[in-house]
Amino acid sequence: MSAITPPLPTPATAPAATLGAYARRWAENVRGGELGSLPIILGLLVIAVVFQVQNDRFLTAGNFVNLMVQGAAFALVAMGIVFVLLLGEIDLSVGYVSGVAGVLTALLLLPDGSSVPTAVAIAAAVGSGVAIGTLHGLIITKIGIPSFVVTLAGLLAWNGVVLLLIGSRGTVVLQDDFVIGFANDFVGKTTAWALMLLAVAAYAAVQLWGLRKRTAAGLSNDPLLIVGLRIAGLFVALAAVVYVVNQDRGLPYVAVLVGVLLVFWTYVLRRTRFGRYVYAVGGNAEAARRAGIDVDKIKIACFAIASLMAAVGGIVLASRLRSVDTNAGGGAILLYSIAAAVIGGTSLFGGRGHIKSALLGALVIASIDNGLGLLGLSSGTKFVVTGLVLLLAVAVDSFSRRGRAQSGRA
Amino acid sequence: MTPPTDGGGPLARPSGAVPILELKGVSKRFGAVQALHEVDFDLREGQVTALVGDNGAGKSVTIKCIAGIYPIDSGEILWEGKPVEIHGPKDAAALGIEIVYQDLALADNLDVVQNMYLGREEITPFRALDETKMERRCSETLASLSVTTIRSVRQTVAGLSGGQRQSIAVAKAVMWNSRVVILDEPTAALGVAQTRQVLDLVRRLAEQGLAVMLVSHNLHDIFEVADRITVLRLGQDVARFDTHETTQREVVEAITAGKLSTVPGQEAEVHP
Repeated sequence: MSAITPPLPTPATAPAATLGAYARRWAENVRGGELGSLPIILGLLVIAVVFQVQNDRFLTAGNFVNLMVQGAAFALVAMGIVFVLLLGEIDLSVGYVSGVAGVLTALLLLPDGSSVPTAVAIAAAVGSGVAIGTLHGLIITKIGIPSFVVTLAGLLAWNGVVLLLIGSRGTVVLQDDFVIGFANDFVGKTTAWALMLLAVAAYAAVQLWGLRKRTAAGLSNDPLLIVGLRIAGLFVALAAVVYVVNQDRGLPYVAVLVGVLLVFWTYVLRRTRFGRYVYAVGGNAEAARRAGIDVDKIKIACFAIASLMAAVGGIVLASRLRSVDTNAGGGAILLYSIAAAVIGGTSLFGGRGHIKSALLGALVIASIDNGLGLLGLSSGTKFVVTGLVLLLAVAVDSFSRRGRAQSGRA
Repeated sequence: MTPPTDGGGPLARPSGAVPILELKGVSKRFGAVQALHEVDFDLREGQVTALVGDNGAGKSVTIKCIAGIYPIDSGEILWEGKPVEIHGPKDAAALGIEIVYQDLALADNLDVVQNMYLGREEITPFRALDETKMERRCSETLASLSVTTIRSVRQTVAGLSGGQRQSIAVAKAVMWNSRVVILDEPTAALGVAQTRQVLDLVRRLAEQGLAVMLVSHNLHDIFEVADRITVLRLGQDVARFDTHETTQREVVEAITAGKLSTVPGQEAEVHP
């Protein structure tokens, strides 16, 4: 407002310049129900200890690499689910959409004279995901059918499409080294270290640049020590991962893919107008509409992203199994992916969550799946345990909502 | 904080010769219901003009006509003396009219900065959000309006009190070079201290040269901040008062019985 001249230089921000103030604010937030990633990190610790006590193969380098490859597909699909959950909607079709993409990739790469270049096959599979998601979004917004119903219909219909595509073949073996390489090849040990250093350096540069910019603008900043600790924390975590996987086969390519997409979608969600509008629509659609945001367009885009990421996950899953069959996209993939997003801390009620919750949740799900497998337990037991963990995660979400309500934050 | 003004403040308020916004003989009919009947109403810069009336008197319809949500049937709307046509909220915003509705239209999960900039975010050349610029301008705007009770502009709106939320909604409205701000029942759901906060803010908007339209039921609030009062009754403007030259009794009379002896559209029926 150019006509307004500031008569009082009263800052509306209370700077948390000291470390003590920062710690106090954090403790206050946790008590107030802003738990962040705290419950999930505690949960992962418990899982690691329990399974290690039961079977000392759980915490080995080899098993860690297995766990990465197993969790990758869930993490990728769950990233798309986060967008839909942020709107307060649901997508039940991602399982079979991933199946459609996996089958399409395998069929297009069949060396039967009509095969296309690898890049074209992948683009077609991913493109089909975008098209399917856009279709869901159009039906949900323009006709006004709840997303639950539309994507439930999608669950059935895309399962049908998988069966139609496979036809009488039964199983289609994936015959392309590049696609198989996603989940079955490993980054060289030196390259892995270089990638890790590059990631930490980029993170440090972004953090320090932001710090400088805010200081130049006279805004309050997190203490330098906290920023340093964050950078050091990332360094230690990534270095540990690279060190451990290098003891075994090395860093799977799919882990790099997950990392790149994690950074990309986090940027989209936290640093672009589109991302801001996703949160606004999830928080208060009416406010978003009055602010001039095209709510329908945002919703359609989110469903398109959900199906796009489902397609990427489907290709990775096909790569891990080296083939697709009539069960492609079925089984646990749908529920594991939604559970991963929710366990990671994305609220089912819309407006709250992060992309990283997809990764953290997928880690939990994959650990349980993998750990129970090592103990030789049946998939029946796996489903029961995973179901209980999901229930626990939603209960934590509910409790933290209550905490927020009591401290006037919800 | 500026000291609270008593009884409407000093008389020597800057008021342009031409009202910034003027309604002349505006009528609006919904089927058989005559919602507005030849209403005259004007807003001047630097003044708070209150629009009062009982339920169904036509206050909300008047706001929606100015916002361009309802097209008017007859009469004209003048902006700085020139007739204008307002076809929608975007036209109103382009003129510099901002409306703060009763239900605040803030997203609870977003912080103060994100809410104030919602739909008009600043971006850097790389199409990323320019958070630094937005945060600084938000702090400046809030400081210029002496909204000092907010601990941090990075706090989510969910954690704010009703008065703070109302202050944010008002600050959001005036941040965009607006010249006319319309407040619909801004103190309806607030406690005593928070009402105080919001009324101080309303007064400050006028002191900074904006034309403020205050729609309210609460005569006490109106006598505290308004310069002029227009009374609507059954869709007609039945009385105008200068706040310093009238009493609450006179205004109440105008709202309930007033000088109007007929219901518009039913001229034949004479009230006792």
